[in-house]
Amino acid sequence: MGDAVLLDRPDPEAGEAAWDGYLHLRDNPAGVTRDLWHHEAGCGAWLVVTRNTVTHAVEGAELAEAAAREGQA
Amino acid sequence: MRFSALKILREGLSGNRGWTPHWRDPAPKAEYDAVIIGGGGHGLSTAYYLAKNHGMTNIAVLEKGYLGGGNVGRNTTIVRANYFLPGNSEFYSHSLKLWEGLEEDLNYNVMHSQRGLINLFHSDGQRDAFARRGNAMINQGDDAVLLDREGVRRMLPYLDFEQGRFPIHGGLYHPRGGTARHDAVAWGYARGADSRGVDLIQNCEVTGIDIEGGRVTGVQTSRGPIRAKKVGIVVAGRSGQVAAMAGMRLPIESHVLQAFVTEGLKPVIDHVVSFGMGHFYISQSDKGGLVFGGDLDFYASYAQRGNLPMVEHVMEAGMTLMPMIGKAKVLRSWGGIMDMTPDGSPIIDRTGVEGLYLDAGWCYGGFKAVPASGWCMAHLMATDRPHEAAAGFRLDRFRDGYGLMDEEGTGAQHNLH
Ligand SMILES: Cc1cc2nc3c(=O)[nH]c(=O)nc-3n(C[C@H](O)[C@H](O)[C@H](O)COP(=O)(O)OP(=O)(O)OC[C@H]3O[C@@H](n4cnc5c(N)ncnc54)[C@H](O)[C@@H]3O)c2cc1C
Repeated sequence: MGDAVLLDRPDPEAGEAAWDGYLHLRDNPAGVTRDLWHHEAGCGAWLVVTRNTVTHAVEGAELAEAAAREGQA
Repeated sequence: MRFSALKILREGLSGNRGWTPHWRDPAPKAEYDAVIIGGGGHGLSTAYYLAKNHGMTNIAVLEKGYLGGGNVGRNTTIVRANYFLPGNSEFYSHSLKLWEGLEEDLNYNVMHSQRGLINLFHSDGQRDAFARRGNAMINQGDDAVLLDREGVRRMLPYLDFEQGRFPIHGGLYHPRGGTARHDAVAWGYARGADSRGVDLIQNCEVTGIDIEGGRVTGVQTSRGPIRAKKVGIVVAGRSGQVAAMAGMRLPIESHVLQAFVTEGLKPVIDHVVSFGMGHFYISQSDKGGLVFGGDLDFYASYAQRGNLPMVEHVMEAGMTLMPMIGKAKVLRSWGGIMDMTPDGSPIIDRTGVEGLYLDAGWCYGGFKAVPASGWCMAHLMATDRPHEAAAGFRLDRFRDGYGLMDEEGTGAQHNLH
């Protein structure tokens, strides 16, 4: 479901530039990226998958909830 | 060298020894008035119209691989002007008109074939939406005909009209829609630009963009630095990376779109048929191969190949719609890198850097845009003002929300297009 920057939501008062960056702008890397996946047909969990956009190799996955909590700590 | 029937006849009778290369292979000069990064369809057409419409001939196209090796040679070649919203509809209408005069203009056979495009619908609600779209197309000056089920059956008798999931209620017929030969479009523009003095420089990867005091001064490349007063970024799926060289982050995510072709068959499919509900569309090439595809794989990718779930999905949709193709053998499948924007519409605009321009965000529909995109990008680069047909393709429309284009009615969010 897109770049895992989505877990890093700015403060509501952070201003237009921060929200534009969060909603629309992307690093769009050729190489290792972290994106959000929804296990739609299974357990319904949200995952952060570390993945290579050039080779399609999957390097790791963790629950989005855990990733988000780490991000805040 | 001009192509003509007489020339072909003469060459045919004299062993085809008189054909010459279609363009030169020059070494890069130290400085140009303008350089265009990317030798795909859009980069080449931009160069052509800069030279032809604006008299700018001291310019170069820098291509990291070979001309036409990107998406312009990987797409399924559909050319149409059946857009609904202002902003898009006048632009694609302009593009289709350019297509209709392209072969004469370029003196090049791009095999533009207006065989007609039919978008199928499967419910009353969809019929209403298509009737409205058809009216928008007619108001724009283009053509559209609403077909009922019998009308579709007369044109496409081989469809399975009674399938349970998506019974066919009718279709929107766009007679001027069709296909073209994709590489010929790149070659034709390349030859046209070259013959007007444009340097087409292949195997030349841009690795940096030089900026001094907010103004672009040139580029760094794998073949050395090149100074330029103006620089256009026209690199489709690689837009994010090249823009990053100028310190920009773009509203673009690169995704993979797959396509398929079968062995050559006798003519069976006379039109372009689009089955939106199933995510499937098909046409038959002049060589006889059935060329078809579906939707994005829906994850960010630079791999130029997709995965099997989408392959299966596309094959299933094809079999649902037209079981007769079941025996055709798929020869090849491939993928291309799509520069997806949040609202599914492109960008042709200035950037925050003076003299640096961006043409990007073509998503999965940029082949038909090649003529008008080049036309409008050339206008922008030459005059520093947007062309009226592309004035809506602003880079900042996402930030302020003003002028967003929501062609598919899905909102302006990544991963919905
Ligand atoms: C499977 C598939 C089906 C499609 N079907 C259709 C269709 O039916 N109809 C339609 O209208 N559109 C279709 N499209 C979309 C269309 O092909 C693209 O939108 C369009 O070709 C993109 O523009 P382009 O031709 O300029 O891109 P490209 O041909 O990709 O050109 C970009 C060029 O930039 C070069 N480049 C990148 N980085 C650098 C650098 N750093 N330095 C120098 N050069 C660089 C690349 O090598 C490349 O040659 C399809 C695409 C795919 C993949």
